[in-house]
Amino acid sequence: MTEPERPPAAGAATTLVTAALVVVLGGAAVAGALNLGVGSASAPGPGMWPALVGAALVVLGGVLAARARGTEDAERFTRTGLLVLAATGTMVVFVAVVGVIGFEIPTVSLAFVWLRFLGRESWRLSAIVSVAATAAFYLLFVGALGVTIPHLF
Amino acid sequence: MDSLSPVLDGFAVVLEPKNLLYCLLGVVIGMLIGVLPGLGPAATIAILLPMTFGLEPVTSIIMLAGIFYGAQYGGTITSVLLRLPGEASSVVTVFDGHAMARQGRAGTALGIAAIGSFTGGTLSIVALTLVAPFVAGFALDFGPPEYTALALLGILLVATVSNGGKVKALIAAAAGLLLATVGRDDFISVERFTFGNLSLADGLDFVPIAMGLFGLGEILYNLEERHRATQAPAAVTDVWPSRADLRQASGAIGRGGVLGFLLGILPGGGAVLSSLAAYAWEKRRARHPERFGHGAIEGVAAPETANNAAATSSFIPLLSLGIPANATMAVIFGALLIQGVTPGPQLVTEHPELFWGVVNSMYLGNVLLLIMSLPLVGLFVRILRVRPAILAPITALITLIGAYTVRNDVFDIGLVVFFGVLGYLMKKTGFDPGPLVLAFVLGSLLETSLRRSLLLFDGNPAGFLTRPISGVLLACFLLVAVLPAARTLLHRRRAHLDRVPSGNE
Repeated sequence: MTEPERPPAAGAATTLVTAALVVVLGGAAVAGALNLGVGSASAPGPGMWPALVGAALVVLGGVLAARARGTEDAERFTRTGLLVLAATGTMVVFVAVVGVIGFEIPTVSLAFVWLRFLGRESWRLSAIVSVAATAAFYLLFVGALGVTIPHLF
Repeated sequence: MDSLSPVLDGFAVVLEPKNLLYCLLGVVIGMLIGVLPGLGPAATIAILLPMTFGLEPVTSIIMLAGIFYGAQYGGTITSVLLRLPGEASSVVTVFDGHAMARQGRAGTALGIAAIGSFTGGTLSIVALTLVAPFVAGFALDFGPPEYTALALLGILLVATVSNGGKVKALIAAAAGLLLATVGRDDFISVERFTFGNLSLADGLDFVPIAMGLFGLGEILYNLEERHRATQAPAAVTDVWPSRADLRQASGAIGRGGVLGFLLGILPGGGAVLSSLAAYAWEKRRARHPERFGHGAIEGVAAPETANNAAATSSFIPLLSLGIPANATMAVIFGALLIQGVTPGPQLVTEHPELFWGVVNSMYLGNVLLLIMSLPLVGLFVRILRVRPAILAPITALITLIGAYTVRNDVFDIGLVVFFGVLGYLMKKTGFDPGPLVLAFVLGSLLETSLRRSLLLFDGNPAGFLTRPISGVLLACFLLVAVLPAARTLLHRRRAHLDRVPSGNE
């Protein structure tokens, strides 16, 4: 059987933090919307709809916080989350440099890091797959589809 | 028979070699995705969206639709052989499908699933052919108030039946509506929530959001999984079910097809819900319910028929009303918008070749799937051996580079990464990204309709209730919104009264 293992369920604290974030987002939306001008019911301004949606978020965030103890559908953030953090880091770097040095080097590096360090594949396999994948992307995106993504060659 | 000629023209569209090719491509990709656990059809379609820009609208939607119903077929294979549902809609197939495989009847299980899927899909297409133009004709009279009510009801229904808590689904939907307001206001050109960023002035694009939340979010979420060694799949022999098997399963196929069709039309219904419902129904009406879970052929036939029927019928609200019924339809909605086609009641009359081309391509796609699914089983099992660690960077990079191709803007890759992380965090904290994407897609329609209606009613919201259709839709909305809340409240009150003897207040 290959049923994947998932991290354990999170406690009420995680839900409370999420609820707080939701309330903050809603509050910010309402504030921004009031700045834009709500108008009146017969002449709605640009801020009316965002204000309604923001208010809904504040209310829903409150409800979520009130029910925090009963909810168990969140997962705890564990050490495996570091993998995701690392993966995100490589992608942020990818975005930062792709416009400057073209997509080939960032693509090879990202694939290699994910394979070797996140996926624990062997050095040899990581090297082969990352170079082969980049070559395939080059042929597909630059060669076949004519995408203007910045590239070296 | 004037009404038949566009239907026949639709077949001519499908039979163009290019469309045939992309239909084939779509169903093969769909089956592959269905086989691989992890990425679902919504994620796949989102990731492949950029590939469709160069295609004609008909061709691209034919391919994307093929991916969607192909995935329903593929998910079955791994459920039966490996006890590993490739798609959420094949989860219930695992119970009896794998039990059959252990009894050496894997081939029969796959065979009956393929036959059921084909029957369910085809029945549903016939119904779609008849119903969709009728619904569209009815909806032509819809004004802004009706659309406001319809969009609200659609979002609420999707939030109500989505995975995870209702409150969380509603929060996700509200966040989606908020994201839809970013950019220039349609009525007076004021920039909203752009923070002075030029790339945001035209609003957030649908593609990076869908690619991020569904595609990259899933990939990141799966990174945390540690997979144990894959067991050797059961051998597949003799895929043709015997006559006795067919007789035993035929009732289940019929009922599954009807149930799937009906549930697929409902917003939020879709393939997952209908497969669960069909299985539960079969089990309840069975004379020997204890057979279920131990290799009952109806337990494979009913859910597999239902999920394909639902996958097809969920196109009805999209193609006839312009309201996507589930997350995958929201992505296809986005694909149509990118092609410059706005789905809605006018679609049948304004783009008959598109409408009938897509609908008729499903007949063909189902035939292709029936022919190919069984011979390809061996290949799919081999593909399953590719480790997730190798697939992850490849799919992630396709997503990143693909995002660039939407507007040739590096900013969009950044957006995908942002929404990818958001999607991961949402899944981690128990939020389903589906309602967010759906609400984002419907957001501008909802806001525009609401504001137009308010202008129309001169600011009096009671106007919504005086128009028959919008009034009925809003009544449904209130019913769906208030009923469960009232029930929990009553329940709690009663429990409270039981605990606290009266006179304590």
